[in-house]
Amino acid sequence: MLPTFRYVAKQVIGTGYRFPIARTLCSAKENTVTKEDLEKLVKNNKVVVFMKGDPEQPRCGFSNAVVQILRMHGVTYDSHDVLSSDDIRQGIKDFTNWPTIPQVFINGEFVGGCDILLQMHQSGDLIEELKKVGIKSVLLEQAEKEEADKKK
Amino acid sequence: MSAVLRAASNCRQLCKSYSTRMASTGPIQSAIQETLTENLQPVHLEVINESYMHNVPKGSETHFKVLVVSEKFENLPLIKRHRLVNELVKTKLEGNFVHALSIEAKVPSQWSADYKVDPSPNCRGGFGK
Repeated sequence: MLPTFRYVAKQVIGTGYRFPIARTLCSAKENTVTKEDLEKLVKNNKVVVFMKGDPEQPRCGFSNAVVQILRMHGVTYDSHDVLSSDDIRQGIKDFTNWPTIPQVFINGEFVGGCDILLQMHQSGDLIEELKKVGIKSVLLEQAEKEEADKKK
Repeated sequence: MSAVLRAASNCRQLCKSYSTRMASTGPIQSAIQETLTENLQPVHLEVINESYMHNVPKGSETHFKVLVVSEKFENLPLIKRHRLVNELVKTKLEGNFVHALSIEAKVPSQWSADYKVDPSPNCRGGFGK
């Protein structure tokens, strides 16, 4: 449950706006996070999230939305703070060929970002996807309980 | 009576397009609008610059939200719709992807004219930090 990179973020956060030149320099450097590393990370738990900040203190509204949705469903998951590592931040984007953070994985499969998770939550698909990997959503449990209470 | 309703609806549309234009469209916003219009022939398209909600200089074009309603999304799962939009924007901006692009990609049957786009969640200061 404890996110691997939690709290390391503060060392890197520092100085605010990152200038494009810095980004160019960073990307010219060899990325130390390999595809194999990321494959291992995304399969380490049934649900894995790459986000900005950590679940207790998300540093982006989109990441926060993902945290809130997963909390509603009572899901425990691995979280990785991309602000703590430029290599992970760029590495995961290359890995999924997806340009933005947060990124959500279920059973090692890339599911999408905030918008997709939100729409899956609204449509009920998220409950189904969680069920497939053996996670029973708290929302489903509540609904079943209410249903049972009604029948009594 | 129906004439009155029609007039009211025309006015609403006019107001809407007016307010969209008033919010001075920047070059990136125009580019996004252009590529999505060209490639997806949407029945409805909204490209909203949400940068003002974030910790960036005034007038920035960093954070966007798009609502695209297009028949081209028919039979495509969400993730493919989003990938399609992302790819088009990335190609158009020659790899300089925007910092945030929130996407609602719908087929015409999932959309009606009174549908309103929700603004994106509040910023929590993660940009560029």
